Amino acid sequence: MTAVTAEDRTARTDPRTPGLPRLLPRTPEDLRAHLARHGRLPYRGHPGLLIGDVKAAGLTGRGGAAFPTYRKLAVVAQARGRPVAIANGAESEPASHKDALLLRTAPHLVLDGLQLAAEAVGAAEARLYLHRGASHEVLRALAERAAAGTDRLEVTVAEAPPRFLAGQETALVSRIDGGPALPRFGLPRVSERGVGGAPTLVQNVETLAHIALIARYGPRWFRAAGTAAEPGTMLATVYRPDGQCTVFEAAIGTPLRDMLPDLAGTQALLAGGFHGTWLAAPRAAQLTLDNETLRRHGASLGAGVLAALPPDRCGLGEAARVARYLAAESAGQCGPCFNGLPRIAAAMAELAGPKPRSRTRQDAERWAALVTGRGACHHPDGTVQFVRSALTVFAPELDAHQRGRCSASNRRPFLPLPDGMPATEEDWV
Amino acid sequence: MVDYQTRRAAAGSQTLRVNPIACTGHGVCAELLPELISADEWGYPIIDPRPVPPALEAEARKTVAACPALALRLVRG
Repeated sequence: MTAVTAEDRTARTDPRTPGLPRLLPRTPEDLRAHLARHGRLPYRGHPGLLIGDVKAAGLTGRGGAAFPTYRKLAVVAQARGRPVAIANGAESEPASHKDALLLRTAPHLVLDGLQLAAEAVGAAEARLYLHRGASHEVLRALAERAAAGTDRLEVTVAEAPPRFLAGQETALVSRIDGGPALPRFGLPRVSERGVGGAPTLVQNVETLAHIALIARYGPRWFRAAGTAAEPGTMLATVYRPDGQCTVFEAAIGTPLRDMLPDLAGTQALLAGGFHGTWLAAPRAAQLTLDNETLRRHGASLGAGVLAALPPDRCGLGEAARVARYLAAESAGQCGPCFNGLPRIAAAMAELAGPKPRSRTRQDAERWAALVTGRGACHHPDGTVQFVRSALTVFAPELDAHQRGRCSASNRRPFLPLPDGMPATEEDWV
Repeated sequence: MVDYQTRRAAAGSQTLRVNPIACTGHGVCAELLPELISADEWGYPIIDPRPVPPALEAEARKTVAACPALALRLVRG
């Protein structure tokens, strides 16, 4: 397990998992340092050839959905037309910082992965989708590669608006096509018809960095870390109860307590981020960093956010703040989401305050059930997952609020939210 | 919403699907086909995910044609 914090960029290596860190170098690497460490890009010389290695490695997408990467590659490679390959660096979850850190410290690993994935699917174009004001390291890395002639495909940068759904796959395609970053509905999938109607491969930047390593060191090396079902390492953004935020590179299956030693003494763990799941702390302290384990408890890794809420905060207050943010981040395209999420958020705000009406919890539960599965994208479902698990885990606090008491002694917000709320239509482009 | 991309049903059967982005909540569908469609408290349709029974297929087709937003479809499976 390796930790990199904003203050301390010195990577520490856990002796139990040799060979870590894989992704995060001790200091940001320019092209020369990167090539000295990893050697030249191992182009395979022909489309398709890398896909078998990615399959044997068992790599899954690190953007949140944990979909088997080789299947996406294979579908795009076999689709009709010349594909477009896109590196998705629009990390839109306010609590997640792992992609930004990766792009800052190991941009060449991501860009290697983009070139290799593009070759694997036979892509004619490559794009890098980033938030406005993204790290200048990655832009400098692109310039270094252009000067050195490392890349076979020129990479065009596309800008993502500062919205929660900007990195959603269909929203990304719409944005790159020149439209707003709004989710689309239905078939065909972007793997068959995406950007400009071409088959489109969208991979999270961390996934691409793993591909760059698998291409060099092979599937057996990749599987030396992680579990049999979920091989490899992953980046996780971890919030300790004292509020300190650290990005870890950890083998999948690592005990959560290794990253959060005082987890058992906290109130609850938010696993997976704002579309994730609250878990009671005593239970969370027994779990490991893998979907196989977390799913048994109704949770999942998502994009790797873990936040341990300290005992002095109000979990309902935290949930209400995030619910309000998520309601504001609805694209407003689908009736149930547009109508339901603001109502759910208002109910959560009331439950977070003193003496909520007794029917407010039932209202929240009813609206949660009503919006589930009825959006073009996953946003209502993810929001409901977050809200429902909060109502379950913070049920004792809810009882206290109904009696007019709140157990929190610290009113400072814990989970990070962007300053101000997006308000205008232009924010989508 | 049932995952329509992976769902498998008996051969030849059809299911109603709504495009939630196109749907404007007119409520015509819930009025015409209350057996399979109800309106939520905001007027948006809640659709029975099961295959349309043969006895209702003609009604279902009429309802699809009547949607002012062209948001309702009958899909195989």
